[in-house]
Amino acid sequence: MALLEVRDLDMVFGGVHAVQGLSFEVAPGTVYSVIGPNGAGKTTLFNMVSGIYKPTRGRIFFDGEDITGKPPHALARRGLSRTFQNLQVCMNLGAIENVMVGAHLKLSQRLLPAMLHAPWLAKADDACREEAARLMHFVGVGRYVHAHASSLPYGALKRMEIARALAAGPKLLLLDEPAAGLNNTETREIDTLIQKIAASGVTVVLVEHDMKLVMGISERILVLDYGKKLAEGSAAEVRSNPDVIVAYLGGA
Amino acid sequence: MWGDPRKGPLLLVAMIVAALPLVLPNTFYFDVAIRIYLNAVVAVGLNLLIGYAGQISLGHAAFLGIGAYASAILTSRYGWPPVAAMLVGALGVAVLAFVVARPILRLKGHYLAMATLGMGIIVYIVLVTESAWTGGPDGMAVPAFGAELVGERRWYWVAGACLLATIWIACNLVDSPIGRALQALHGSEIAAQVAGIDTARYKVKVFVISAVFASLTGSLLAHYVGFITPQLSGFFHSIELVTMVVVGGMASTYGAVVGAAILTVLPQLLSTFEGYELVVFGLILMLSMIFMPKGLVPNLAGWLRRS
Amino acid sequence: MLSEFFQFLFSGITSGSIYALAALGFSIIFNASGVINFAQGEFIMIGGMVTVFLVKLGVPVWAAAPAAVLAAMAVGLALDKLAIEPARNAGVVALIIITIGASIFLQGIAQVLFGKGQHALPAFSGDVPLRMMGATLLPQSLWVIGVTVVIVAAMWWFFSRTLTGKAMLATAANPLAAQLVGIDTRFILLLSFALAAVLGAVAGIIVAPITLTSYDVGIMLGLKGFVAATLGGLGSFAGAVAGGVLLGIAEAMAAGYLSSEYKDAVPFVLIILVLFFLPRGLFGARVTERV
Repeated sequence: MALLEVRDLDMVFGGVHAVQGLSFEVAPGTVYSVIGPNGAGKTTLFNMVSGIYKPTRGRIFFDGEDITGKPPHALARRGLSRTFQNLQVCMNLGAIENVMVGAHLKLSQRLLPAMLHAPWLAKADDACREEAARLMHFVGVGRYVHAHASSLPYGALKRMEIARALAAGPKLLLLDEPAAGLNNTETREIDTLIQKIAASGVTVVLVEHDMKLVMGISERILVLDYGKKLAEGSAAEVRSNPDVIVAYLGGA
Repeated sequence: MWGDPRKGPLLLVAMIVAALPLVLPNTFYFDVAIRIYLNAVVAVGLNLLIGYAGQISLGHAAFLGIGAYASAILTSRYGWPPVAAMLVGALGVAVLAFVVARPILRLKGHYLAMATLGMGIIVYIVLVTESAWTGGPDGMAVPAFGAELVGERRWYWVAGACLLATIWIACNLVDSPIGRALQALHGSEIAAQVAGIDTARYKVKVFVISAVFASLTGSLLAHYVGFITPQLSGFFHSIELVTMVVVGGMASTYGAVVGAAILTVLPQLLSTFEGYELVVFGLILMLSMIFMPKGLVPNLAGWLRRS
Repeated sequence: MLSEFFQFLFSGITSGSIYALAALGFSIIFNASGVINFAQGEFIMIGGMVTVFLVKLGVPVWAAAPAAVLAAMAVGLALDKLAIEPARNAGVVALIIITIGASIFLQGIAQVLFGKGQHALPAFSGDVPLRMMGATLLPQSLWVIGVTVVIVAAMWWFFSRTLTGKAMLATAANPLAAQLVGIDTRFILLLSFALAAVLGAVAGIIVAPITLTSYDVGIMLGLKGFVAATLGGLGSFAGAVAGGVLLGIAEAMAAGYLSSEYKDAVPFVLIILVLFFLPRGLFGARVTERV
């Protein structure tokens, strides 16, 4: 059974069809990529899947359950995490606290123990901090464990967001243009990181507009154009699809 | 102990509270100290809402007023024990804050400022108008808290203990997963939601907590002063409370304490500028925000780090 | 029965005109800077108080009123230059406190100069009430409504027909883009404070014969102007005018038919109810947040 299933999804912004009649399935344990030029509706799709936008029409199923229109925090509880193309970082917190925020649901949310500094809660929080540090090393920003979020360079913030998403222990990770704004070396490192994450058993859905990045690491690729599905298949299939060549590569 | 950033300053405040009675010359100074401590309790609570969670309230004096009037009416008219009246007042405020918080805290920025301001003014007008209960604009007398708890020197220890307990609780909360969630929804509400934080619930939670701190303080203040007027819940008092948080330093518990001390002492100092109190007070508000928008304590901390 | 209704309606439209002028001031400054100017009510106070005192010194009203408007304008310019511009990078809360500080400061000055008492300005054209549809109407109310209509029309002309007005709208929509096409946004900000001060002062002068004026009259009028601006949707000029008139009528009706003691609470109950259902006011833009 598919881990994520999108059925006939529509999103209309004041007359503009950002996403139109879109359907696809993501099998568990795979890397699934969504590509398309700017304005193709990739980020809109992500915002609907992660509950930030309510789709105009259509259904989204996660792990067999209809999650259409559920708020983001309810989706996080079910094992869905994401990062953002335009960073969403809490600049009022330390880098490691940002990652710990990702583990929020693993910790007690009861008020009284928090107010009275219950030892068991403090212990759990310490363990969470260690885990967050481990994740920061895993994504390659281990040297910023003690830094304030506002002092991190752009590339490090992108990785820190990935660590934050991983801290929730997700089943499905949505990465929104993780390589945007990065140089070639950094892009290759992100490439390796995504493969490491996939190898650890997390299903990854990747939005990219750089086709080269996704070709090597994706089991399946979905090509969007003006909010509609243009093609879907393996890297080889997509690459040889004449529609894709015309629309996406500009007939080159 | 001193190395622990959470315990060191708390110990320092505890030592100040313990040592101050040795140097305070007379009850006038005790009175000022008590008012500083009680105002600081409200400011520390309000700072959780404004400083940490990033939600403005221009109506928090309303909760203080309701607590004060609940204590006053229940003890003087119905002969309730003060502690019971105080707790019922706090419970009532918690329920009220809970009911108004969800729709109000959906609002952002200036709309939130407007709604909280409106709520505060409504409470003020009710207290002024329902004079059969509240004595109207002239106010009403409040019985003593108990036969033993009279005089500035005894109240001093009560207020001091309340302040220390409040600081301890606030620091614990800020340091906990809940505190982190509050700061996260301030930093990026979307990121917090995606991380599983039900931001609406957390905003309500912190709004209710800060309202309860204000209500309990209102009750204590009513019994201590022995006389209350609706001004306690007025717009100007709400502004004073916000100013304590901001002047001291947002997102800094000790900043809120410092801010409360400054805003409590200032009017006393200004009474020497007879007739010019408003001019000087307004000027100080403007200048401190223009030159130290982050507040005193964070500015001082930054200055200390640099030098 | 009906005459009672018209009585409330007239009084509502009169006070609503004042709220509309105050709300326009809020919206103009909000559009130019994103700042809610809590000192807006003090422009109303300055307009009324300065006129009253010049008249008491023997200056005729037709000369005192423009002088008061100029005084308020000078205060508005000084407020922007000395308090708002130096704090451009401060947060919303800090800016709220700065303008409240300015409001307290101006009240303090007024208290020192003019004392704490209440003052009346003689009505512009007599106190003989007119009878209309069974209700009585003070000539001064006609002055209030008439002047407000003229000012609103002038504002409409300014914002839709002049280059400067359009530049102000452009700055509100997108300050950066406005700067890029050569609009001096600092001048726009200064202009908006001057304009808001003029609107406030005029409101204060025309209403002074009806409501009396004192050093602290600006607090409530200012807050109700803020309510009116929010009611209409912050930043919308049409919304500010509609919000102001609506608020005045609602207040007068509630005071007449329900409870005169709770008259001052009406605007605040109304705004909270409206915000519960329309978080951006009656005419505010519906926006989707971009991520």
